[in-house]
Amino acid sequence: MKQEGKRLIWDEYQKEIADDNYFYVRSCVRQNFFPGAEKTFLRYMKEMGRNVFENPSHTTCSGIGYHSDIVPFETAMTMVARQFALMTEAGYENFVTSCITSFGLYSEVLETWLHFPEVEEKTRVHLRNATGREFVKPKNLAHASDVTYKLRTEISDAGKYRLINQTTGAPIRVVEHIGCHYSRMFPSKGIGGAEYPYVLVGMIEEWGGEVIDYPERRHCCGFGFRQYLVKANRGYSVSASKKKFDSMRPYKPELILTNCPGCPMFLDRWQYTISEMDGTTYGENGQGIPVMTYEELAGLILGYDPWDLGLQVHQVPVESLLDKMGIPYDPEKKFLDKDGNFIGKPKSPSFLKFY
Amino acid sequence: MIDFGYTLTKDRQFDYDHGDFRFLRLVRSIEPSLDVCIGCGSCTATCSASQFTNFNIRKLHTVIRRGDPESIKAELKKCMFCGKCQLVCPRGVNLRNLILAMNRAIEQLG
Amino acid sequence: MGNSVIIIGGGISGMTAAGILVQQGLDVTLLEKENETGGHLARWDRLFPDRRKASEVLDFVKAGLNQVKIVTGVTVTGISKHDYDFTITTRIQHPASSIHSQFSASALLLATGFDLFEARKKEEYGYGIYNNVITSADLEDQFKSGKGILTREGKIPGRIGLVHCVGSRDEKVGNLYCSKVCCVTGVKQAIELKEMYPASEVFNFYMDLRMFDRHFEELYYEAQQKWGVSFIRGRLSECAENPDGSIILKTEDTLTGKPLKMTVDLLILLTGFVPAIGTSAICGMLGLKSGTDGFVNSADSHTSNNSSGVPGVFLAGALKGPISIGEAIADARAAAVQLAGYIKSTTAYND
Repeated sequence: MKQEGKRLIWDEYQKEIADDNYFYVRSCVRQNFFPGAEKTFLRYMKEMGRNVFENPSHTTCSGIGYHSDIVPFETAMTMVARQFALMTEAGYENFVTSCITSFGLYSEVLETWLHFPEVEEKTRVHLRNATGREFVKPKNLAHASDVTYKLRTEISDAGKYRLINQTTGAPIRVVEHIGCHYSRMFPSKGIGGAEYPYVLVGMIEEWGGEVIDYPERRHCCGFGFRQYLVKANRGYSVSASKKKFDSMRPYKPELILTNCPGCPMFLDRWQYTISEMDGTTYGENGQGIPVMTYEELAGLILGYDPWDLGLQVHQVPVESLLDKMGIPYDPEKKFLDKDGNFIGKPKSPSFLKFY
Repeated sequence: MIDFGYTLTKDRQFDYDHGDFRFLRLVRSIEPSLDVCIGCGSCTATCSASQFTNFNIRKLHTVIRRGDPESIKAELKKCMFCGKCQLVCPRGVNLRNLILAMNRAIEQLG
Repeated sequence: MGNSVIIIGGGISGMTAAGILVQQGLDVTLLEKENETGGHLARWDRLFPDRRKASEVLDFVKAGLNQVKIVTGVTVTGISKHDYDFTITTRIQHPASSIHSQFSASALLLATGFDLFEARKKEEYGYGIYNNVITSADLEDQFKSGKGILTREGKIPGRIGLVHCVGSRDEKVGNLYCSKVCCVTGVKQAIELKEMYPASEVFNFYMDLRMFDRHFEELYYEAQQKWGVSFIRGRLSECAENPDGSIILKTEDTLTGKPLKMTVDLLILLTGFVPAIGTSAICGMLGLKSGTDGFVNSADSHTSNNSSGVPGVFLAGALKGPISIGEAIADARAAAVQLAGYIKSTTAYND
């Protein structure tokens, strides 16, 4: 593999990311899936001296409904317009989304308005009639992983740990998985484009890890919206994840890094499900492959306590990775809340090694 | 094992690297003319069996070339052996003998 | 009004026309931007459909050039026309300096040819990233070197894939047209690979096989029947690298309607034609029009396919779109005859 060939492509897909003063909108689902991720983003942004503003009255962008065929595009555009109105009212112009599907929807809406100004005008009328609000379109739209990519060197410089096996000195082998709606619709909106996205690769390289390029890297995580949301289709969902795991296994990955709400959920939870369906585990010695969001990984690099990052609610235990990176943790505190109360401990899986 | 109410779906992709080419080797040794097929579909268009069943002689010898001969076993019985396919083939594939060869492969290889 | 002709482009078309025009007693100057004449043909090992040596054709054409003034390493920077005379300004690029010179002529022949599609633009095919993904032109280089075709790891490739339509029939890269000669090139190269390595498996991944000329369909039949080359109808969708450096392909076998994956040791991309990068500048100087595909339009594609529409400016070869070597030679001869006729008629008129 010639890395310089990829660099030529990455150079062609660079985008502008604002440096400070972000209006941040959350994901509908991430606080349930990976409860510490968004909080961690806000924490390191503050530590890096960046101003991130949140308006508590912001809502879903409705992208999840749009992609599940239950929210029409006209409605989604009006929802998006309202989020922009909240940004405008707060005096911000740099819009940052936590969710990849939101990022895709915002990009799609802005692109639609660019080519069809009459649709934008109609949306403005809808928003005005429904809420009396007005909006200015964002000057800069970025996903929170874009912003983290931009700060990757600052994070590395302030960091206490690296993606390096402390025993062997070897880089940790990382699979990066990009959400479908990040750059596939608009390759130019993603760092590195759609074919070899660089946004997570840049973080992994900067933080000392080694990126694995495996044949099914483009394959869907298995969420696929309707594939998962309709129980009768769920076999497709778990099979899609399995296809990825089977393909990455020969490369011996030690971590899967993601930037989407759904991907870490399914790549994490389905490892347990597959192990209970046919006994297969994908890590070393019956372990799973730990799956993380980029915020959680940035938190680990910065030396945040793993249990403050919410890593105890991952289905695949992360201890194997913490041990390799030399990150200390207190097993006794894994299932305690911030006040020291026991939050309950899951039953041990039949095959997947549990801590 | 836990019953989740849904199961793993078999991958329908041809996995050429792990294909079963025993059928192809045997059939080709008996009737090498299958190699010159250009997939035009004349054979299937004229086939008596294809009019009323999903029998598709063009697909059958294609799947054995892709290393996935499993589906031919049930399908081949639908052939009426009329030989119209061979009459229309623009490449001169000996389709009648090809069907006999495929039957022989099923007998020998199971 | 004189009898001097400038030909821009020293590939097969430009050289062929030059040979004809000197035979007609005209004063011919051939301008070539590269340091050597011969164009793409100089890079090719053997030609379809009979696999004769490309160098034989090149030698034949070059044999007619004794009285042609050949200027290589020269870029056309300006063309102006006054009455019946053209003035062409050029820049010769030298390592130390650049020299500007001027040429005058009574007629111009544009034979600026084509460029090969840059395979890197099909990002999903990994050219320039995966070591064992090469182009059809790279393969010809290797055939020509006579050193055998090996994988980057130095092994004989046990399984080889040839991908048709790379950069052609592909709206995604902006090229809707068919490059026409890649199909038969793919079949020719598949045969050559089987000839070299009979035990290796060779697969052609195609959408349609456009065997448009005499003996081409027979070559396809021979590839299947004699050499056992396999043809899978499905465009390559994406590929990736296995840990051992081999390439894993994904395509649909459209004849059975199922996706297919396959490992190959070597993948060859049959890259198509794109308009040559310098042609549009020259067209701009003369006010010539290109089609939506970027190739130059002639005055009438049926009846005046060598006329540019500008009196005294003629067109030959692949600047008008993808063609084979045989067609390029025929087209260049036709252009030369028409150009010579123009010079004679204008000279007679002015005398």
